[in-house]
Amino acid sequence: MPSLSHYLVLAAILFAIGIVGIFLNRRNLIVLLMAIELMLLAVNTNFVAFSHYLGDINGQVFVFFILTVAAAESAIGLAILVILFRNLATIDVDDLDRLKG
Amino acid sequence: MNFVMPDFFPAAAEIFLLGMACVILLIDLVVGDSKRWLIAMLTQVTLVGCAAITVYTADGQVVLTFNNMFVDDLLADFLKLLVYVSVAVTLIYSRGYLVARALDKAEFYLLALFATLGMMVMISAAHFVTIYLGLELMSLSLYAMVALDRDSARATEAAMKYFVLGAMASGFLLYGMSMLYGATGTLEIGGVAQAIYNGVANEKVLVFGLVFIVSGLAFKLGLVPFHMWIPDVYQGAPTAVTLFIGSAPKLAAFAMTMRLLVYGMFEVAEQWQLMLMVMAVLSMALGNLAAIAQSNLKRMLAYSTISHMGYMLLGLISGVASGDKHFALNAYSAAMYYTVAYVMMSLGTFGTILLLSRAGFEAEHLDDFKGLNQRSPWFAAIMGILMFSMAGVPFFIGFFAKFSVLLAVVDTQNYWLAVTAVFFALIGAYYYLRVVKLMYFDAPTDTAPIKASLDMRLMLSANGLAVALLGIFPQTVMGLCSFALLRSL
Repeated sequence: MPSLSHYLVLAAILFAIGIVGIFLNRRNLIVLLMAIELMLLAVNTNFVAFSHYLGDINGQVFVFFILTVAAAESAIGLAILVILFRNLATIDVDDLDRLKG
Repeated sequence: MNFVMPDFFPAAAEIFLLGMACVILLIDLVVGDSKRWLIAMLTQVTLVGCAAITVYTADGQVVLTFNNMFVDDLLADFLKLLVYVSVAVTLIYSRGYLVARALDKAEFYLLALFATLGMMVMISAAHFVTIYLGLELMSLSLYAMVALDRDSARATEAAMKYFVLGAMASGFLLYGMSMLYGATGTLEIGGVAQAIYNGVANEKVLVFGLVFIVSGLAFKLGLVPFHMWIPDVYQGAPTAVTLFIGSAPKLAAFAMTMRLLVYGMFEVAEQWQLMLMVMAVLSMALGNLAAIAQSNLKRMLAYSTISHMGYMLLGLISGVASGDKHFALNAYSAAMYYTVAYVMMSLGTFGTILLLSRAGFEAEHLDDFKGLNQRSPWFAAIMGILMFSMAGVPFFIGFFAKFSVLLAVVDTQNYWLAVTAVFFALIGAYYYLRVVKLMYFDAPTDTAPIKASLDMRLMLSANGLAVALLGIFPQTVMGLCSFALLRSL
């Protein structure tokens, strides 16, 4: 039977992979969107684990809201990605360098 | 399990706005391109209606509804009214700019309305779910607004950067919320405060969550070291959208900070004050120093936003000093006053950029402001007032905003912090006054006549005069801020 701390460590590792994925990835914007999704899933794991061990259902309800909003967020992210590709003909992170001062 | 009908009355303004947004969506289907003004008109009518409802339902009581998820207090009513005003002013300023670029589609007005709804929910949030939903409704609308100019490579790049960093900020905030949930066993902000007060919260988990909450908030406010998106988004977005992002969302972000940190975690104030203090000093330093190096006015104003948010924090971190809590009301009113003053000045400055822009020409470089006095003495004077106010020169509203946050810092005996803040304000004065010098002492490079609609001219003049007049009578707004806070704490 896994304990609460097992779940928390798992979520922390997933969250860390998400952050590292955003900062280290210099090649592909789609991988970046996946990293964001991973962060949110780590949060969901946290909520479900706490909810179970606290015996309080509210945390699991919050997870449904996060899942829904994450779907809307990916939709907007992919839409922006499409117009970006139309304008620049690339989705390399390194090519996003038009704005600087 | 029995279902009790919640009290909808406190959320009447939100419900009205949502209904009107849907009506406008439908109306947009039937009106042709020649009747675009109708959509803009209806949007303004919606905002006026919301303001009427908010004023009508404001009774000064703290009312919780929807199972303690939504709170209607005087702080919420006051901030919502300011949000309506700033969105309405933004839409008036933007109209000419959008028409000249064929961007005046109904999408802009609808996204602005939905973003306003998100801000209203954030302002009235009393539960982690409401905060998150309000924040995301606002952010998702803003991402789409930045990308509205679909053929502009700069705008789409700005939208992508805004999206990635904004989504990451939401992730941080949520991770912090999940830790607070684990530490206190509740998602209600009031419940979190109660659990901390009763000492039943797990201290280590709580502080761990607090770090993530503060980082998430810092992202949204644009504080160093989480400021990377601000300059790129401000520069890349169409100026009308920059104006929108730079005004009303600051009020909502301030409300969110108040709800999470002050209402929810006042008992551990000294923990988050320390983190915010580091960010305040870094923001004032980096914002003011980096702004000097900019030749693009929008980018310069972006760095100026970072430094202004640093000054606003000075108020938030002066609420509690060595266990003594009686500074709180004064300090938080000062921070609120600073936010309101900043939003007014920001509306005016971006409004002036919009005034000078025309089809195919963006007046976003410092050189475009050369010799403005010869082209239009009146608007040069307005811009001058705004720049003096931003620099914190007496006696404009920006001076009293800086003065009150510095007073709050001095009250808590934090003299070195006050000295640092004044030092960076002096450095900051250089780049604001440089704009005044360009307007009055240089020959114009751009000689086209300034064409703008009458409502925009009137509104911009009123905006500039308000910045000057409210500086002469600072007690009016300051009194409202502290009264709203007093009745809501």
